[in-house]
Amino acid sequence: MDFQLILAAATGDHGAVNPWAAIAYLVSGVFFILALRGLSSPASSQRGNRFGMIGMTIAVVTTLLTHVPRVDGGALDGVALIEILAAIGVGAVIGIVMARRIAMTAMPQLVAAFHSLVGLAAVAVAAAAYLNPQAFGIADAAGQIYTVSRIEMGLGIAIGAITFSGSVIAFLKLNGNMSGAPIMLPARHVINLGTLAAIIGLVAYFTFDQSPWVFWTVTALSFAIGFLLIIPIGGADMPVVVSMLNSYSGWAAAAMGFTLGNSAMIITGALVGSSGAILSYIMCRAMNRSFISVIAGGFGGDDAAAGAGGAKEQRPWKPGSAEDAAFLMTQAENVIIVPGYGMAVAQAQHALREMADLLKAEGVNVKYAIHPVAGRMPGHMNVLLAEANVPYDEVFELEDINGEFAQCDVAFVIGANDVTNPAAKTDKSSPIYGMPVLDVEKAKTVLFVKRSMGGVGYAGVDNDVFYMDQTMMLLGDAKKMADDIVKAIGGSGH
Amino acid sequence: MDFIAIFSIFVLACFVGYFVVWSVTPALHTPLMSVTNAISSVIIVGALIAAAAAGSATSKWLGLAAVVMASINIFGGFAVTARMLAMYKKKER
Repeated sequence: MDFQLILAAATGDHGAVNPWAAIAYLVSGVFFILALRGLSSPASSQRGNRFGMIGMTIAVVTTLLTHVPRVDGGALDGVALIEILAAIGVGAVIGIVMARRIAMTAMPQLVAAFHSLVGLAAVAVAAAAYLNPQAFGIADAAGQIYTVSRIEMGLGIAIGAITFSGSVIAFLKLNGNMSGAPIMLPARHVINLGTLAAIIGLVAYFTFDQSPWVFWTVTALSFAIGFLLIIPIGGADMPVVVSMLNSYSGWAAAAMGFTLGNSAMIITGALVGSSGAILSYIMCRAMNRSFISVIAGGFGGDDAAAGAGGAKEQRPWKPGSAEDAAFLMTQAENVIIVPGYGMAVAQAQHALREMADLLKAEGVNVKYAIHPVAGRMPGHMNVLLAEANVPYDEVFELEDINGEFAQCDVAFVIGANDVTNPAAKTDKSSPIYGMPVLDVEKAKTVLFVKRSMGGVGYAGVDNDVFYMDQTMMLLGDAKKMADDIVKAIGGSGH
Repeated sequence: MDFIAIFSIFVLACFVGYFVVWSVTPALHTPLMSVTNAISSVIIVGALIAAAAAGSATSKWLGLAAVVMASINIFGGFAVTARMLAMYKKKER
């Protein structure tokens, strides 16, 4: 079939389903599946990303061809097209500048900001569909919106608004504009459940009465609940929150896809929704906490820290210097580096890689061990190490490397704490009991880089590893310590 | 399309999503989040429909605003994912 005929078919009226457009959207959905499939290994990942771009281009071009009004049934209307292309251009410039400038340590904030935009865009689209339902083909001639479309629209705007306000709070917490400590309102569970019940009730009522007050009240309550849900969640639980909001942004797209009968949006929404849900599950499992307890919030607050601090006794510990660390590691056969959020905060990844390079030059076997919740989002440490040119085949996940600590000479812990705490395995009263941890205490020597002995991890619990005979505490800023060790090793060779 | 047809696509896509996402290596979970972010901006389809339609000025401006927001996400999301993925390198031998 020639292209003219395809175009002719594509210009058909909006009410009827255009088979060519429907097939194009399906192809676009398949490209999105291939985009995620590509991420199964770093080698195929870049091709996957390009599949994603192709899928998006197909979806956008198809929509422009089928929906931009035509002059005398022929060429696309120039004014409408220019307005839209200008809007895309503005977004493209802002997006590309943000993507180029962002520091890798700030990725969690950027992702939260992007989620908030998806949420707000979903709200804007649902509102536009509500105000002009005929354009979307979801209303009869009298302007009455179809019942099923009302439910889809109501869910779309509710999920979109929750995604937006929740992501804004997550962004402010991750970016440090707002304290990472949980903010606990009295009776917050009653307020939250009441608001949720009101939203569900109003969406149901919307099927009987499409008055503006119902629609806008649902919108306002949903903005409020997104805000209320995230403020009581502490900084260390942010990986779960970011994954959860990722999931919501997908469900919002799927709900709008139902409204528009668009398969690209539905496939994408289902993919993104499952992706975020699975990541939330992986993060919860890595902390041995239920999703409900994370969402109920309050973990890692000042209360917990104060409670643990009060009961703490003074125990002896062994300080060490950069020179000691350099000596121990250059003499070692196997060194496992355990990075955590503290490494990201101190921007120590480059100095750390330099240290590892020098050790490798001395014949030391160096590996990295990553706990799933190290950092502020899933995979955060892997990206930072990749940025510092650490080859990905030297970086291992918890279950793959945990057995190797017993054979390793030095475990070098930098900016991690709770994820190495053996109390998670033995102390039933510990708040982190049951959480899978890296077995650093099995190493012959543990070098623990930490800012000071005073601070405790986010869970607010003391770590027995600090006080073991084979542990040497390297107190100071993570980056400065790594730099000093680099100097000490460099010096030892001459 | 009727609701049942659409709903079938949705349910099957959820299963595809489940299996595809479990096959993603944990090392790439951050790029997974940024690329899912970019593709969930396929919501731009709805924004374009609103922006191109006649009939309601408010609806049209909401559509154009949503086109800008979704475009930030699409271009920003794919660009930052590409930037991250380019950093993942194998050991030089």
